Amino acid sequence: MGQKLGAGLLRAAALCLPVSLGGCEMALFDPQGQIGAEEKNLILIAVGLMLLVVIPVIFMALFFAWRYRASNDKATYAPNWDYSSKIEAVVWGAPVLIVIILGAVCWTSTHALDPAQPIASEAKPIDIEVVALDWKWLFIYPDQRVASVNEAAFPVDTPVRFDITSATVMNSFFIPQLGSQIYAMAGMDSKLYLIANAAGVYDGESANFSGSGFSGMSFKALALSNDGFDAWVAKARQSSAQLGDAAYAALAKPSENNPVQYYGEVDPRLFGGIIGEYMKAGMAPICTGAESAR
Amino acid sequence: MLGNLSLSVIPFDQPIIIGAVAFMILGGLAVVGGLTYFAKWKWLWTEYLTSVDHKKIGVMYIVIALVMLLRGFVDAVMMRTQLALSYGPDHGYLPAHHYDQVFSAHGVIMIFFVAMPFVIGLMNIVVPLQIGARDVAFPFLNSISLWLTTAAVVLVNLSLFIGEFAMTGWTAYPPLSELPYSPGVGVDYYIWALQIGGVGSLLTGVNFFVTIIKMRAPGMKLMNMPIFCWTALCANMLILGAFPILTVTLALLGLDRYVGMHFFTNDQGGEPMLYVNLFWAWGHPEVYILILPAFGVFSEVAATFSGKRLFGYVSMVWATLAITVLSFIVWLHHFFTMGAGADVNTFFGIATMIIAVPTGVKIFNWLFTMYRGRVRFATPMLWTIGFIVTFTIGGMSGVLMAMPGADFLLHNSLFLIAHFHNVIIGGVLFGAFAGFAYWFPKATGFTLDERIGKAAFWCWLIGFYVAFMPLYVLGFMGMTRRLDHYDNPAWRPWLAVAALGVAIVALGIFFQILQIVVSVRNRAKNRDATGDPWNGRSLEWATASPPPFYNFAEVPVVTGRDAFTTIKEQGGPARPAQFEDIHMPRNTAAGVFVGGFSLILGFALIWHIWWMAVAGALGVFATLLVRASNDDVDYYVPRAEVARIERSHS
Amino acid sequence: MSIDLPGQYSLTAPKPAAHGRHDHAEADAATVFGFWIYIMTDCILFATLFATFAVLRDNAAGGPTGKDVFELPYVLKETICLLISSVTYGFAMLALYRNAPKQVLAWLAATFLFGLAFVGMEVYEFHRLVMEGFGPDRSAFLSSFFTLVGTHGLHVACGLIWMAVMIYQVARLGLGGSATRRLSCLSLFWHFLDIVWICVFTIVYLIGSV
Repeated sequence: MGQKLGAGLLRAAALCLPVSLGGCEMALFDPQGQIGAEEKNLILIAVGLMLLVVIPVIFMALFFAWRYRASNDKATYAPNWDYSSKIEAVVWGAPVLIVIILGAVCWTSTHALDPAQPIASEAKPIDIEVVALDWKWLFIYPDQRVASVNEAAFPVDTPVRFDITSATVMNSFFIPQLGSQIYAMAGMDSKLYLIANAAGVYDGESANFSGSGFSGMSFKALALSNDGFDAWVAKARQSSAQLGDAAYAALAKPSENNPVQYYGEVDPRLFGGIIGEYMKAGMAPICTGAESAR
Repeated sequence: MLGNLSLSVIPFDQPIIIGAVAFMILGGLAVVGGLTYFAKWKWLWTEYLTSVDHKKIGVMYIVIALVMLLRGFVDAVMMRTQLALSYGPDHGYLPAHHYDQVFSAHGVIMIFFVAMPFVIGLMNIVVPLQIGARDVAFPFLNSISLWLTTAAVVLVNLSLFIGEFAMTGWTAYPPLSELPYSPGVGVDYYIWALQIGGVGSLLTGVNFFVTIIKMRAPGMKLMNMPIFCWTALCANMLILGAFPILTVTLALLGLDRYVGMHFFTNDQGGEPMLYVNLFWAWGHPEVYILILPAFGVFSEVAATFSGKRLFGYVSMVWATLAITVLSFIVWLHHFFTMGAGADVNTFFGIATMIIAVPTGVKIFNWLFTMYRGRVRFATPMLWTIGFIVTFTIGGMSGVLMAMPGADFLLHNSLFLIAHFHNVIIGGVLFGAFAGFAYWFPKATGFTLDERIGKAAFWCWLIGFYVAFMPLYVLGFMGMTRRLDHYDNPAWRPWLAVAALGVAIVALGIFFQILQIVVSVRNRAKNRDATGDPWNGRSLEWATASPPPFYNFAEVPVVTGRDAFTTIKEQGGPARPAQFEDIHMPRNTAAGVFVGGFSLILGFALIWHIWWMAVAGALGVFATLLVRASNDDVDYYVPRAEVARIERSHS
Repeated sequence: MSIDLPGQYSLTAPKPAAHGRHDHAEADAATVFGFWIYIMTDCILFATLFATFAVLRDNAAGGPTGKDVFELPYVLKETICLLISSVTYGFAMLALYRNAPKQVLAWLAATFLFGLAFVGMEVYEFHRLVMEGFGPDRSAFLSSFFTLVGTHGLHVACGLIWMAVMIYQVARLGLGGSATRRLSCLSLFWHFLDIVWICVFTIVYLIGSV
C-alpha cells in the first residue's frame, strides 16, 4: 500500500515539476508582448480554478483506495450504500459552479483576445503581409515597400497587424513569446494583431504541419527600437532583389531551410494577387478584410 | 494491366522498412508454421474465422488490437528516438518523408486499429452476456464487421512496403492531402482503409443498438442494465451518428483525388476549411466512442473490486447520456485557431467545458464507490485507480485548451499531444487493459498471472508519466507537433526524458506479452472453475468460463440491478426443471469472403487497377447474394445436447 | 417452465414448426428495426452532403451556377417518375399483406420501371452537363451538385438491383420465408429515397433556380 502512495507522490511531483521550474525557460510563461501576457494569465487562472477540483479528486482517489483497502478492518464497510443526495448535489454543483466561472472568463477573454481585434495603443500600427510558402515565410511590408524571407522586424511597443495567407497548404503563423497563432490558408486573409513590449529576437514557427520541409519552416521575429526598425528597413531597401511576379514565382518553388533574404522593391499588388489566385465565386477576386476571395 | 502497381513501388532502398517488413513476414510465417505443425487449420477455420459467435468475434477483435498496438508502439518508439537525436544539424536517422509517414500511421493505427477494435471487442464479448442474451441481434452482420475491419488492417499493413502511407498526419487535412501535394498512394491507402473499416464500425453500431434495445432478458429494464451496457449503448449511438459523416468526408476527398472534383482543393472554389469541420464533426464523437466503453469498464471494475454497489447509478446514466449528446456540439474546439471569430469560438469553448461536468460526476461516483467499500487491488482495480488520477490531469489540460485564448498558444503544440495521450492512454487504453484483465478468465476459462500483470501496470503508469509530462513542458516551451528535427537547445533534455519514458512503457508491454505466454502455459493450474473468479455482480459471471456457445441454457429473469449479486444472495441460480431446444445461427464463411473481396477492392482502387476493383466489388455483391439465397443459416440445439453441456460444467 | 424472450431465441413451443413462425416473427421485427436504424444513418449521410452543398453552392469559380444549368421541367418529370414508383411500391406492399404474389410481382415490376426511368433521366442530365464542359471537376458548386444528386441516384440504383433480386426471389420462392421481411426493408429504403429526393428537388433545384 505504501507503494500506491509512493507512486501517487511521484506523480504529483511530476506534475509540480514544470510549475516549480517557473517561467525561466518556457516561452509561454515568459511572454514579451501584451497578448502573450494576457494569455499566460488566462492559463494560470484557468489551471488554478481547475486545481480546486483536481487536487481533491487525486487526493481522494489515493486516500480512499488506501483507507478502504480490503485488509483494513477498521474502515466502515457499507456494501449497499450507493446514493447520497448531499454528495450528488456537491458533485454536480461544484463543477457546474466552476464551469460557470470559467464560462464567464471564456466569454470575456475570447473576445478580448480575438486575433482580429486591434490593440489599443498610442503608437500607429504597422502592417505586415505574411505568405506561407513551401517551406518558408514571406513578409511583405506594404507601407515600406520591402519584403523579407524568414525574418520579420517591427518596432517595440507598436501594434503589428499581420495579414496572413498561404500560397500552398494550411500553415499556422506563430511567435510563441508574443502570443496567439492563427492559420494561414490559401484564398483567405487571416488577421492577427500582436505587440512586442520588449526588444529582442523571438522564434517564430509554423504550427500546422505542411509537408516534408515543415521542420525547417522557422523564422525570426525582431522587435527593434524605432531607430533600429528604420535601419532594418533601410538595409532591406538596399537589396537589389525585386519581388515582382517572376521573382515570386521563383521563390514559391518548394525549398527548405531558406536563409534570410531581402527584397528592396515589392509589387504592391502581389499579396492581393496571391489571395485572389484562389477565387471561389466569380471571375474577379475581391480582397477584403477577414473573408475569403469570393 | 496492374494500374500503377509495379515492383519499383517496394522501397528496397529503405533498410528500416525492409527490416520491419522482414520481421512481420517472419512473425506471419511463425504463426502459419505453428498452425501447420499443430494441425490447427481446421480448428481455426471452424472455431474462429467462420464463427458468428459474439464471444469469438470479440476475441478476434482484441487480437487485432493487441497486434496493432505493437506496430503503433514501434512507431512511437521511432518518433521518440528520432526526436531525442535530431537536434541542430543532426537530422536523426529518419528522413522527413519517412518520419511523416510514421506519425501519420501511428495516429491512424492507434485510433482506428487499436482503440476501436479493443472497445468493440470488449463490447462484443460482454454485452450479450450482461443483458442475458444468446448473441447479438445480427450475428452474421457482426462477422461482416469483423472482417471488414480485418481488411482495413491488412491494407494499412500493406502500405508499409507496397507503396507508402499518407504523409499528412492522421487528420489528412487538405490541401496537403490533395493530389498536388500528396501525389502518391499514401492518402489513398488512408482513404480506403478508413472507408472499409468505417463501414464495419457502422454496422457494429446498428447491431449493438438493436441488441441492447431489443434483446435484454425479461425484467432487465434499461435502468437495471449494468453500466457497461449503458456506455456501450451510448457509444454505439455515437457510432451511428458520427460515422456517416466520416464516410462522406473520405468520399469527398476521394472524389477530389480520383475524379478531379473540387471539394477541398485550393482552386476552382474548393474549401479546405469544410474538410476540417466535417472531419472533426466525426472526430470528436469518435473519441467519446472510445472513452465511454472504457468508463463502463471502470464502473464494473470499481464496483466489483470494492465489493460494493456502484455509487450513483442513476446519475451515471444521465451523465453518460449528457456526454453523448454534448459530444456532437463541441467539434470546433479542434480548430479555434482557424479564425471563426470570438462569438463562435466562445460557444464551442463553453460547450466543451460543460462536458467536463458529467465527466467529473462520473469520477466522483467511482471515488464514492470505493468509499466504504473493501477495495481489492487486483490488476483491473490498479488500472482503474491509475486511470482516475491520470484522466483527471488529462481532463484538466483539455478544459484549459477549451479556453480559446489559451488554445491560441497551445494549439498543435506538444501540450496538445500530451493532453490527448493523457486521456486516451490514461482513459481508453487503461480501460481496455482493465477490461482485458477483468474479462479474460470469462472469455478463456483461466486467469491471467497477477504478479506479471501488476508489473506491467506499474511500468505503463510510470512510463506514461515519464514519457508525457515532459511534453506538457515542451508545449509551454513553444514546441509544435510533427517536427522531425529542431534547433532549440532547451528542448533537448525534455525530449530525452520522454524517450526514456517510452522505454519504460516498452518494458510494460514486454511484461504484458510475458503475462499472456505464462498464463497460457499455466492455464490448467489457473482454471476458473466457478465462472465467477472476482465475485462479480452482473450476469456474465453466472455462466461457465468460457460460457457455452449459447451463453444461457435458460434465459435468466432479472429483478433489479446487479442481477448476479441478487441471484447469489438467493442461493445461486436455480437449476431448470427441463431444458429446451435452443435456436442458434450457423457459422458462415461469407464474412471472410466479404472481407477478402473488400481487401481486393480497396487495394485495386488504391493502385488504379480498375478491372480488379470491379472484380472485388462484384465479389462482395455475389457473396451477399449467395448468402441471401441461403435458407440454411440457423439450427436448433436439441435439449438433450443442452443438458449434456450443462452437466459437464457443474 | 417456458419463458418468452424478446429477440431471436425463443424457448416456447417445443415443436420446431411453431417455433419457426414465432421465432421468425420476432427476428423479422428486429431486422426491420435494425434496417430502420441504418436508414437513420443514411439520413445523416445525406444531411452531410446537403451541408456540403449549402457551403459550396456559391463557389462556382467563374463557371455556371444553378440558374445556368438546371432545367426545372425536366427535373419535374424525373420527380414524377420517382413519386409514382413510391405509389406503386405501396401497392406492392398491400398485395403482400393480402398474400397475392402475382400482384406483388406486377407492382414491383412497375416500380422498377419508373425507378429505372428516374435513374436513366438523371444519367442523361449528368451526361449532358459533362459534354457541355460543366462536369463535377469544373467547380466546387458542380462537384457538390453532382455528388449530392449522384449519391441519391446511386442509392436508387442499388434499390433497383435489390428490387430485381426480390422479383426473382418472389417469382421463384413465393411470399413465404424471408420475402416479407426483405420487402419491408426495401419499402423503408424506397420511401426514404423518395423523401430525400423531395429535399434535393427543393434545396438544389428549386432554390438553385431562383
